Amino acid sequence: MLIIGCGNRDRGDDAAGILAAERLRSRGIAAEIYSGESSALLEAWAGAEEVILIDAVQTGSPAGTVHVWDSHQTRPFRTSSGSTHGFGIAEAIELARALGRLPAKLKIYGIEAETLEIGSRLSPEVDRGIDEVVRRVLLDLG
Amino acid sequence: MTITGGRTIKVDTLARVEGEGALYIRMAGDRVADVKLKIYEPPRLFEAFLRGRHFSEAPDITARICGICPIAYQMSAVHAIERALGISIDPAVRLLRRLFYCGEWIESHTLHIFMLHAPDYLGYPDVIQMAGDHREVVEKALRLKKIGNRIVHLLGGREIHPISAAVGGFHKTPTKNQVRDLVEDLEWALAASLEAVRWTTTLPFPEFEQDYEFVALRHPDEYPFNEGRLVSNRGIDIEASEYEDRFTELHVKHSNALHSVIRGRGSYHVGPLARFNLNFDKLPEVARKAATDAGLKLPVKNPFRSITVRAVELVFACAEALRVIREYEPPALPRVEAPNRAGVGHAITEAPRGILYHRYAIDDNGLITAAKIIPPTSQNQRRIEDDLREYAAQLVAWPLEEATLKCEQAVRCYDPCISCATHFLKVVIDRD
Repeated sequence: MLIIGCGNRDRGDDAAGILAAERLRSRGIAAEIYSGESSALLEAWAGAEEVILIDAVQTGSPAGTVHVWDSHQTRPFRTSSGSTHGFGIAEAIELARALGRLPAKLKIYGIEAETLEIGSRLSPEVDRGIDEVVRRVLLDLG
Repeated sequence: MTITGGRTIKVDTLARVEGEGALYIRMAGDRVADVKLKIYEPPRLFEAFLRGRHFSEAPDITARICGICPIAYQMSAVHAIERALGISIDPAVRLLRRLFYCGEWIESHTLHIFMLHAPDYLGYPDVIQMAGDHREVVEKALRLKKIGNRIVHLLGGREIHPISAAVGGFHKTPTKNQVRDLVEDLEWALAASLEAVRWTTTLPFPEFEQDYEFVALRHPDEYPFNEGRLVSNRGIDIEASEYEDRFTELHVKHSNALHSVIRGRGSYHVGPLARFNLNFDKLPEVARKAATDAGLKLPVKNPFRSITVRAVELVFACAEALRVIREYEPPALPRVEAPNRAGVGHAITEAPRGILYHRYAIDDNGLITAAKIIPPTSQNQRRIEDDLREYAAQLVAWPLEEATLKCEQAVRCYDPCISCATHFLKVVIDRD
């Protein structure tokens, strides 16, 4: 199982994926940290059978809400104009799908973000959401 | 959206540019009445973060400004601070910094040429749609990108926000063998880049030329990365320390970003076209030949041709990386001492998107008292608006939707890095 946390530490709740990976590491679970740039993600999961991806998301739900998606069952992310990043996680997933490079299992944990301002702090709801994701990942690992 | 007596081209969120931006063009009949490229650039918080910090922290802090070009920020920071402190680096470190920059150019140019820009020419909304029909091209692009990542990882210590660059050198330098391990990959990358140059010539280019003032570094012996005088095709020839005498930044109401202009003249063009036109003679033979074979004639004034010029620079970056690797002997020490000393230092380096200016003032304790950072995108922003004013006027007869797309494409020629380091997702949930 490959676990990847994505995000940006300097943008408030956008750090959620990175912090989740760090909290898993502190429990002795190997977890990788990426910015979310898609070619690096495609490279990271090349050859992996099962992948868990953790990232901050914005869907309109209350802050800290934990979403779970299976990349083979849903296409939750809008690419291109819907993404504020030129080429990120949504593109990584869809490009991998187009090239037949999706891992056999790719589960995405999305933690609903509140503040993304540069230099802002993590909100307490998101902090709790991260703990919730860590708990669920530990269950996934059995 | 139509308004009385004219029409409006509006793109709320620009796709396939780094960060977030919006474009607004208002037409009044055949006339372009208004052009606003809105850039939600984070306010210059980083300049404030840097004040009161020790100079040794600047390379790591500034690297965080951009997820795509962190090395450019590190390079401008270390050179400016080294000048403030009056220290010189080991020639082997200088070579390694060139190799480091090659890695970033390979990563960034590959991303832009194939993933962000090529879909415009081929008529796809994005690379995902393009991948279905051009699988081989996309697979090659991913491999090229990975080779760039490898170089950055080796020298930077990790892929995102590299941490190894330091004032005076590197925290750790690679062995000869570690560097030589890259050769096989880079030889493949060089061949793939040459192929990329040829491939870009098969794309359809709009006829659109502008009389630009190109601004780039120029060095007596090499295609520019870290050093050189700042020159233009209209007579600018200055040191980095004179930059603020010749260029100034204007606040514009519609954008958080500042617009840079040449004092008394206006907009200018930085990036691959500027470097290529001002430094063609400094490219290695293999890159010059690729450019000539691709039909590029100096000066290239069509911004849509930048895709081919970027591919030529990709050839250069691979060839230069191979040259550095052949010459590399590890330095005696990874970095020279950088003792605290008060001073002011300036540096300009060539980020993938164009010149990146840094200035630091440092006190007796080595603390930064002032920092100024001018990224390439804010230098090109005024020029992008000027291009759009001309280009939109040519598109009056086009259906609105197509004209809108064309204008977006014109913006993408500049590979604008609009708000560095954002990667946030917006999610749409489809319900049956």
